[in-house]
Amino acid sequence: MSSPSPRHPGSGLGSTRTGDELATLSLRVTRADLVRYAGASGDFNPIHWSDRVATGVGLPGVIAHGMLTMALAGRLVTQWTGDPAAVRSYGVRFTRPVVVPDDDIGAEIELSGRITDVTDGVAKVAITARFDGKTVLGRAVAEVALPS
Amino acid sequence: MPDASYVGTARARPPPTGGGGPRGGRPPPPRGGPASVCLDPAAAQAAGHADLVAPPTFSVTFTMPLIEAFLRDPAFGWDYSRMVHGDQSVTLHRPIHAGDELVTTIHVEELTARAGSHLLTLRCEVTDPDGAAVATTRSLLVTQGES
Repeated sequence: MSSPSPRHPGSGLGSTRTGDELATLSLRVTRADLVRYAGASGDFNPIHWSDRVATGVGLPGVIAHGMLTMALAGRLVTQWTGDPAAVRSYGVRFTRPVVVPDDDIGAEIELSGRITDVTDGVAKVAITARFDGKTVLGRAVAEVALPS
Repeated sequence: MPDASYVGTARARPPPTGGGGPRGGRPPPPRGGPASVCLDPAAAQAAGHADLVAPPTFSVTFTMPLIEAFLRDPAFGWDYSRMVHGDQSVTLHRPIHAGDELVTTIHVEELTARAGSHLLTLRCEVTDPDGAAVATTRSLLVTQGES
C-alpha cells in the first residue's frame, strides 16, 4: 500500500502553455538493451533477439520491443516533469519497427515533444519518435498533471 | 595477466539501501536515464513519495506475463508466432510505488478480423488488494495473415 503521493512535479511546469516544445532527447538502443528489457518485461518473443526468427517472419532483422520504444519515448516526458508520478496516461501506436543491429552502436531514437493542450491542470504532450529519419510511433500522447 | 595476489581475499556484498525496489542507492542518473525517484529511495522520499516511483510503463512487467500466458493458451488459438503489437496505452489512476501489492485482471475486450489478420484488444485492470483502481492498460495485438 502507498501513502498519498504528490501528483505534481517541481516548480516551472505551472506556466506550461499550448505550443511549448519539450527539450529534445536522443537515445540509443543496443542488443544488450533488448536482452535486459526481455528479462525486465518478461517478453521473450524471439523477434527481439534472434535474427533467424525475425527475418523468418519478414522483418528486416531483430527489432526493439514496442514497449521498450514506448518506455524510452516516455523518458522525454519524465525528463521534463522530473517525476513520473505526474504522468496520468500515456498511449502510443507502433507504426514502424526499430531495427537494432548486432553492433556496439545500436539504433538511435530521436525524441521531441510539444504541448497540444492544457486544460484543468492537465497538459497533453504529443511525442514524436524517429528512427532512421522516420517516425516509429503514432498518436503518441501523454497526459501530465501540472502543479497547481 | 590476472593478479594472483587476489587469491585468498574476500569481499562482502554491500548492504541493500532499502526501499524494496529493484534498485537502490545509485548515483544520479544521466540525462535521458530513468528519473532519480525511480532508482534512489532517498530522492523519492525527498520528493514526498513513500517509496520508489514506477516509470509510466512499468506495469508491463506484471501485465505482459499474464497476457503471454493467455495468448499461449492453445484453447484460445492465437498465432503467437506472427503477432505484432499494434498499440498500447496505460492510464494511471495513482502512481505505482515499490512495495505496492497489486492485482491484475485481464479482460478480453474485442476480437475482429480484417484482411486475414486478427485484431485483439486486451484490457488489464490493476487494483490494490482492496479493489481500488490503480491502473488500466490496453493492448492491441495483431496476428498478421499468412503471406
